[in-house]
Amino acid sequence: MSKPIIGLIIGGILGVFDGLTALFTPDAAPMIMEIVIGSTIKGLIGGIIIGYYAKKVQSLQKGLIFGFLIGLVLAFLIAAMPDASGNHYWIEIMIPGSIVGLIVGYATQKYGKGPESAQTSAS
Amino acid sequence: MHNVPTAAVEHLRAVLDAPDLSGTKYRLVHRIATGGMGSVYLVEDTSLDRKVALKIITTPVSSGNLAARLIQEARIVARLEHPGIVPIHDVGTLVDGRVFYTMKYVQGRRLDEYTRQYRSLQNLLRLFQKICEAVAFAHANGVVHRDLKPENIMVGSFGEVLVMDWGVAKVLTESEPPPPASPEQRAGDTTGTQQGTILGTPAYMSPEQARGDLAALSDRTDIYALGAILYFLLTGRAPFDGGSSHEIREKVLREPPPQPRLFDPKIPRPLEAMALKAMAKDPAGRYPGIAQLSSDVVRHLDGQTVSAYRETLLERVDRWVEKNRFLIFLIVAYLLMRVFTFLTMGR
Repeated sequence: MSKPIIGLIIGGILGVFDGLTALFTPDAAPMIMEIVIGSTIKGLIGGIIIGYYAKKVQSLQKGLIFGFLIGLVLAFLIAAMPDASGNHYWIEIMIPGSIVGLIVGYATQKYGKGPESAQTSAS
Repeated sequence: MHNVPTAAVEHLRAVLDAPDLSGTKYRLVHRIATGGMGSVYLVEDTSLDRKVALKIITTPVSSGNLAARLIQEARIVARLEHPGIVPIHDVGTLVDGRVFYTMKYVQGRRLDEYTRQYRSLQNLLRLFQKICEAVAFAHANGVVHRDLKPENIMVGSFGEVLVMDWGVAKVLTESEPPPPASPEQRAGDTTGTQQGTILGTPAYMSPEQARGDLAALSDRTDIYALGAILYFLLTGRAPFDGGSSHEIREKVLREPPPQPRLFDPKIPRPLEAMALKAMAKDPAGRYPGIAQLSSDVVRHLDGQTVSAYRETLLERVDRWVEKNRFLIFLIVAYLLMRVFTFLTMGR
């Protein structure tokens, strides 16, 4: 399985899971479908970006940093949208979002098929 | 009667034994080692201005069998062009009629010496993998080494591995020269190579070698020796020891090797199983090829299951946790963050 696909799958799964955790917040319960869909899309986008990066750059350290940053940026975009009462949940969204990015960054560096080794040719 | 110091006697003996290299392009530097069949000298190739190793039959008599075997050794190694096999440069005859060949002068340490200083299991397994690759290449070319042991493996300064001493190697498709007429088995020598119908080194030889069953020798004979080398790398000792060669051969034939974990309980069970599988008394019970043994080594290094060992569920979980510590840390961190969010948002 290629690294972008790994990123897509793990990002998607974590996105669904991340969205479902909103069930523990009664205020967010009425919007659970929108939250789960939004979170899943965020996970899929982040996953495929991080997966492509892992395909190009074979470095656990760089993969983790990149995953963290992508997770942080996407979570920032979500957190920037206020709720009905105008509140922003920066910490509550951005910290878990960046950890999800780290997880996807780690997983895509560790698992999945990397780039094909370069072929040497005399021609 | 005047006593001559031993060192002086040894020096005189070395001078007398030194080969006469007149008529060749080589200049003698010093002797490197002496084995059952021949001696190896460091010589200088005057035409290319480089140092090479020269192997020559020890006795300056016309021993046809020994000469034939040395030539065969040179021909076998010459056909094995591989980074893990010492390359042959030249074959010739000295003025006294002795056959010689020259090969790359390998600067490094024997595996048994190397392991006294470097005991990192990961590092040793990577070296073992390189040994497997070199021997697998020989097998792919129809050559069986038949005397693999730590003393015949050199580790270079940059971690390169060279399989040496193909003196008793055999091309599986060819008939081999008859063994030398006068066996040079030294009493009590269990690590030196024996010449005669029993070829190999008792401490590392397979049961079929210990029986002297030349017809039964195959690539699985080398797989046994590789298992014994793996055993040595794990435990720091040969699988069988004893007072005499005969005693060791009896153990090889009749006793299972002591479990490596008896010497060190920290040895991973899969590695123990791999060494013992490679050293099965019955060749059919060993790995079918070096590729499978090497694959198990790679899988173990990668934290995966190996074919030689069936893990319990607990061991499987333990191995997964060991391999994915950081991922587990991240997941736990994520869950803790979620719990924190849940608590701080006050429902």
